[in-house]
Amino acid sequence: MTDFTPTEMMTIAAARALSNDDVCFVGIGAPSAACNVARLTHAPDITLIYESGTVGTKPDVLPLSIGDGELCDTALFTVSVPEMFRYWLQGGRITTGFLGGAQIDRFANLNTTVVGPYDHPKVRLPGGGGAPEIASNCGRIFITMALSKRGFVEKLPFITSMGHGEGGNHRERLGMKTKGPTRVITDLCILEPDPETKELTVVSIHHGVTREQIVENCGWAIKFADTVIETPVPTETELAVLRDINARTKKAHQGTEKGKEAA
Amino acid sequence: MARILSLAEAVAENVKDGDTVAMEGFTHLIPYAAGHEVIRQGRKDLFLVRMTPDILYDQLIGVGAARGMKFSWGGNPGVGSLHRFRDAVENQWPRPLEIEEHSHAAMANAYEAGAANLPFATLRGYIGADLPKVNANIKQVTCPFTGEVLAAVPAIRPDVTIIHAQRADRKGNVLLEGIVGVQKEAVLAAKRSIVTVEEIVDELNPPSPNSVVLPTWAVTAVVHVPGGAFPSYAHGYYPRSNAFYIAWDEIARDRETFTAWIKENVLDAKPEDFARHAAKSAKAA
Repeated sequence: MTDFTPTEMMTIAAARALSNDDVCFVGIGAPSAACNVARLTHAPDITLIYESGTVGTKPDVLPLSIGDGELCDTALFTVSVPEMFRYWLQGGRITTGFLGGAQIDRFANLNTTVVGPYDHPKVRLPGGGGAPEIASNCGRIFITMALSKRGFVEKLPFITSMGHGEGGNHRERLGMKTKGPTRVITDLCILEPDPETKELTVVSIHHGVTREQIVENCGWAIKFADTVIETPVPTETELAVLRDINARTKKAHQGTEKGKEAA
Repeated sequence: MARILSLAEAVAENVKDGDTVAMEGFTHLIPYAAGHEVIRQGRKDLFLVRMTPDILYDQLIGVGAARGMKFSWGGNPGVGSLHRFRDAVENQWPRPLEIEEHSHAAMANAYEAGAANLPFATLRGYIGADLPKVNANIKQVTCPFTGEVLAAVPAIRPDVTIIHAQRADRKGNVLLEGIVGVQKEAVLAAKRSIVTVEEIVDELNPPSPNSVVLPTWAVTAVVHVPGGAFPSYAHGYYPRSNAFYIAWDEIARDRETFTAWIKENVLDAKPEDFARHAAKSAKAA
């Protein structure tokens, strides 16, 4: 078996969650890596959509931003941003949203807005962008985040996008017809919401990871499902594809430009 | 009819202290050269509007030109924080910044409402999210037909919108293509508009019938600034400088290095300096 890093395992496990029929709204960073690995392995016909308006895009390198030229050059078509959010997202034509965040709670609500009070934040984060409506309008949501006490917190200071709210049937009570977060993929394990309470529960543990490690890295008393499996390790092909695209991406985004040259 | 002006003239005539200003561009075609001219002319108390304030608004905030900002995602895409924006919000440096925060969907709808001369936009948005608790401009309306409760936000009506585009003809008709973002809506929503372009040509020759064309009578001023979107990009002309976006993190992290960068590259510079980015990329391509 080839060695692999926890981040590689996370990305590959996230890629496997996607299928060829998915129409996927892709966030930048880990979600983008996972979606493109899926496209380059088991899901060649997956439709990837970035909120800049590019639909059916097939980038050769991972974009640094949600609007890199590569995304438009390789897209089936490109629409304006209002059209993207109105016709395609709110119109209910996207099966899967793929999000990350700075913080998550046990009901898969996400915070990317502030740490501390909103008016006097300790840390001002970038904000929600497309996430509030991606979370409510896509058919289902996958989330990918490294498991850590800083990220997996007992209580969010701010809910940027709703997952399962207070748990149970909270989404239905608010009139939402979509499933919300159905899977959270971390570098140590995979979590899914309990069918009744909607509390995130460990269902799969990555190779070589212990339950104690998972408990120690989560900010709440994390629960394990009755049946927990071991996540299949990355295949040679999956690892090769991921490493290839990461290497191409690193090369593409490095430059000799120094800030002082740009005006 | 759009007037074809120099950048200094266009900004002097159309951007006033205290104005609500939208400089749009969704990653692509961001009007950097025009933003730098606004800084050089010393505009102050601006209320900045933009879906994705990135480096350009970090610069305007860092020099103290802004009293407030309406936005939906304020970061350096793929890199991390905007340090000047954070310093203003967290430490009130160089001055406090009033923020009005929305989601992308709401901002896009609000620009459309502005372009359509409607007072507000409605969307199925913000469900279960905390932003409505901290933003009094996010309200609810009930559909008169179905009874569904929807989010409502006020239309965006900037005093002036500034965008960058690929080209204009000599009459001032403007063509954009590629990722067209929310620029058309932002121009049509505004009282006045400035469009900087890579080229001024005899005929637009749109290569695709789906290109966005803003007719001369819907635009106030057109300015020829080749390379004017750098380090953002102009599809078909030069690529995005992802290396510069990465380099900005270090420049902006520290107040002194930021201020020195602004002096050298904005205050002591001119719009013509942007041309070398277009020329360099054309040679490389």
